[in-house]
Amino acid sequence: MGYRAKFEVWRGDSSGEGALQPFEVDVNEGEVVLDIVHRLQATQAGDLAVRWNCKAGKCGSCSAEVNGRPRLMCMTRMSTFDEHETVTITPLRTFPVIRDLVTDVDFNYVKAREIPSFAPPEDLAPGEYRMSQIDVERPQEFRKCIECYLCQNTCHAVRDHEENKEEFAGPRYLMRVSELDMHPLDVRDRKDAAQEDHGLGYCNITKCCTEVCPEHIKITDNALIPMKERVVDTKYDPLVWLGRKIFKREDLEARHATGRRSLDDAGPGNGSPLPADSIGPVGG
Amino acid sequence: MADEADGTAVSHHSYDVLVIGAGGAGLRAAIEARMRGKRVAILSKSLFGKAHTVMAEGGIAASMGNANPRDNWEVHYRDTMRGGKFLNNWRMAELHAKEAPQRVWELETYGALFDRTPEGKISQRNFGGHQFPRLAHVGDRTGLELIRTLQQKIVSLQQEDHARTGDYESDLKVFHEFTVTELFKDGDRIAGAFGYRRPTGEYLCFHAPAVVLATGGIGKSFKVTSNSWEYTGDGHALALRAGARLINMEFVQFHPTGMVWPPSVKGILVTESVRGDGGVLKNSEGERFMFRYIPDVFREQYATSEDEGDRWYDDADNNRRPPELLPRDEVARAINNEVKEGRGSPAGGVYLDIASRRTTEFIRKRLPSMYHQFKELADVDITAEPMEVGPTCHYVMGGVEVDPDTASTVVPGLFAAGEVAGGMHGSNRLGGNSLSDLLVFGCRAGAGAADYLDGLGTAPAVGNEAVDAALAEAEKPFSVRGEENAYTLHQELQQTMNDLVGIIRRADEMEMALKRLAELRDRIPRVGVTGGRAYNPGWHLAMDLRNMLMVSQCIAMAALERQESRGGHTRDDYPAMDENWRRELLNCSLADGPDGPEVQLNHQPQPAMRPDLFDLFELDELKKYYTGDELGGHRADRGM
Ligand SMILES: Cc1cc2nc3c(=O)[nH]c(=O)nc-3n(C[C@H](O)[C@H](O)[C@H](O)COP(=O)(O)OP(=O)(O)OC[C@H]3O[C@@H](n4cnc5c(N)ncnc54)[C@H](O)[C@@H]3O)c2cc1C
Ligand code: SF4
Ligand code: SF4
Ligand code: FES
Repeated sequence: MGYRAKFEVWRGDSSGEGALQPFEVDVNEGEVVLDIVHRLQATQAGDLAVRWNCKAGKCGSCSAEVNGRPRLMCMTRMSTFDEHETVTITPLRTFPVIRDLVTDVDFNYVKAREIPSFAPPEDLAPGEYRMSQIDVERPQEFRKCIECYLCQNTCHAVRDHEENKEEFAGPRYLMRVSELDMHPLDVRDRKDAAQEDHGLGYCNITKCCTEVCPEHIKITDNALIPMKERVVDTKYDPLVWLGRKIFKREDLEARHATGRRSLDDAGPGNGSPLPADSIGPVGG
Repeated sequence: MADEADGTAVSHHSYDVLVIGAGGAGLRAAIEARMRGKRVAILSKSLFGKAHTVMAEGGIAASMGNANPRDNWEVHYRDTMRGGKFLNNWRMAELHAKEAPQRVWELETYGALFDRTPEGKISQRNFGGHQFPRLAHVGDRTGLELIRTLQQKIVSLQQEDHARTGDYESDLKVFHEFTVTELFKDGDRIAGAFGYRRPTGEYLCFHAPAVVLATGGIGKSFKVTSNSWEYTGDGHALALRAGARLINMEFVQFHPTGMVWPPSVKGILVTESVRGDGGVLKNSEGERFMFRYIPDVFREQYATSEDEGDRWYDDADNNRRPPELLPRDEVARAINNEVKEGRGSPAGGVYLDIASRRTTEFIRKRLPSMYHQFKELADVDITAEPMEVGPTCHYVMGGVEVDPDTASTVVPGLFAAGEVAGGMHGSNRLGGNSLSDLLVFGCRAGAGAADYLDGLGTAPAVGNEAVDAALAEAEKPFSVRGEENAYTLHQELQQTMNDLVGIIRRADEMEMALKRLAELRDRIPRVGVTGGRAYNPGWHLAMDLRNMLMVSQCIAMAALERQESRGGHTRDDYPAMDENWRRELLNCSLADGPDGPEVQLNHQPQPAMRPDLFDLFELDELKKYYTGDELGGHRADRGM
């Protein structure tokens, strides 16, 4: 059942220079894109840089753009492509390239550090925490996050706007604020900080982050909009109202149907050669 | 030799404690050492938050008694010793059983959100070898919760430091994507470590009087494994080279249920919770074959009919558990045998069926990532069809010999905790006992290192020659151009271990394996790499290969020597458990040979169990493992 597939893989370094390198390589039944990258390493390009750990969608290391779509390479099956189609793998566009498919994701660690940590009630001894399942379920959804940074890579507020990186924590870390806010035992008030320190206001609830999340976390609906609503208790934000109105499921599907995604129209931020519209009909 | 211009400059960094590894054990050790006022660096091969621990699924064992109030540390202790067939270091098993609940509760104070019981306590689930539901869990992503919680605790400590010093990293710094290649000593004592940044290839020398090894396991020496690329036995090899000893290396756990299809995912874990939550194993004839494989030592604790086994899920007090939940070594051997005798599935496994036993809703709620994993990787809907599963190399019981209370090794200043340490699990680890092990002994290692520093006289120093030698070793693959390919040698090594030192072992096969490993030992120094130092996987693998080889030699030598079958070590030619071997541990160390250091194997006695712990067991059970003289001390003989 094997066949020979055509691949194009971004080879480049931290200077920002690089090019797509074409390969022809064997593909066997049941394989995923990461298997093919490994085969290239073992047989044709021993120094091809790629980041991965678990190969089971659990660690969030192997993020890249496959035919322009942000994906985990270990969870993208080769059977989602036509055998004649050339599969193009490029690094995440929003972060600086270190080498080949590996990007520098330190931005995310910096943002993580800016969020005040969990603050339990002071008089509660270990072993005495009581929480009901129903109350932990909401924040638990967000704790499924494997920190693949695909949402961070996709959100146009950073993808298109390098200058926002300073003030905007991005969906993953706004979700973290929301998670702590929903923690049944957290005593800190977080809603003002969300708006003022972490840039919740930059989010205009396009839901692109939700679309790419491999854990299927409803980032926008369940984390960001509720957070905005909490903020809106004191401040009026027309987007919340708009979001409820406009971005219904059908609208998202309609946008898919046109083949257009809300990623960006800007040029390649880190040398990635693909314009946003080249996102092919792959992998769902 | 260090040179700015050609990229081989070495930068120097000083800390009180170096923690090598950012999994559960390493992070818990770092937290403890930091909270005791030490300046700590954490070094890890992968990104912060992605260590192997993230993959753990089922849960963390601690006798909190939330699901069954009859549970307590004594029951947990007994289960652990039974699971390890009494080869466990009893003191480690005791500390582990006693301290696991505290360590789990502490996670809640860091922000962890476990699944809950109706009373709002931490929910606990059933697992193989545990008498009561004991595993705290978060769906089937418990390891992710553990890692994230500890990661966030580290961040919160950094925030405290920032408030005090203006620098998040003043007292606790993570160097991620950093590989340690060598440890340094000053005389007998540990003095620091050397390694490279994976992204850039820059070399760093750390000066630190205390080093905690928390590097995890060795699974990448085997072809079919649930382990990631990180598991190349680096910590085991670093310890050996620094003069420490490894014990129990013959004991490698093959998890009974890894995926077998498609070939590219062969080995990926299917969590034991599938069985804990009601899944059963069937052969190609539709038979629940595990009932035929209950060994004598466990006969009293397991159901003998399907009805009884099924009743147990709802009424565990009045029924015995189904044999699908026997310890892992038993289940793995049974599956192996079914396949060998021609009752396997098309892809060479057996069937794991939960679809016909639980509702779709239940399965998707309790096992979401398994559902996801099979759907995405194998196109199998586990709520509708059975899974195909077979044994996969999963965990190494063997590891660095440590003092149970302080996690110190025989090398002053060197500590080890987590999977890299040996002794705690004896010949076989129970599911869920690793995550608790990480926290209990990670914490103790951090404390042990802090205490060691408090009693330290003059600080040890790193010698220049040692740094030059470590640098030369790391540079070597760049000067050997193209002779041997690291990927090819790695595949040969994996195939050798898989075929010849795998789940069922024989003397002639292991002798053959040792011969092949000796050949690989000659070839590995000839591995050359292409490309530069920046994020070069070929170079990384070339460096890791030396460690995999050394660890594989330890496993094969110890496995050949132990002429019995026990836990994770099964000999075709010595199928029985032998009481005399229960008193013996095998240890590996390095000795000078004609072509450099060689692995050597020695025997050492297994310390006798403290009488009050011995008395926790019934005499009848002990008789299955012990003979004559040692049984004399039991309470039954003292008329109690
Ligand atoms: C799929 C799977 C599921 C599991 N499920 C469970 C479960 O449900 N319950 C349970 O109790 N156990 C489970 N286990 C076992 C358990 O997860 C591991 O034994 C445990 O996580 C090991 O933790 P650790 O802290 O020792 O090391 P790890 O978490 O593996 O961390 C090792 C660290 O060391 C670093 N490192 C290694 N070498 C070097 C070097 N040379 N230089 C620098 N850094 C280095 C790595 O980068 C990593 O950060 C499971 C294991 C697997 C594979
Ligand atoms: S909803 Fe849109 S703007 Fe808001 S975080 Fe997600 S991708 Fe960014
Ligand atoms: S929220 Fe989803 S997409 Fe974003 S980092 Fe987490 S897992 Fe990845
Ligand atoms: S390698 Fe872990 S998510 Fe892909």
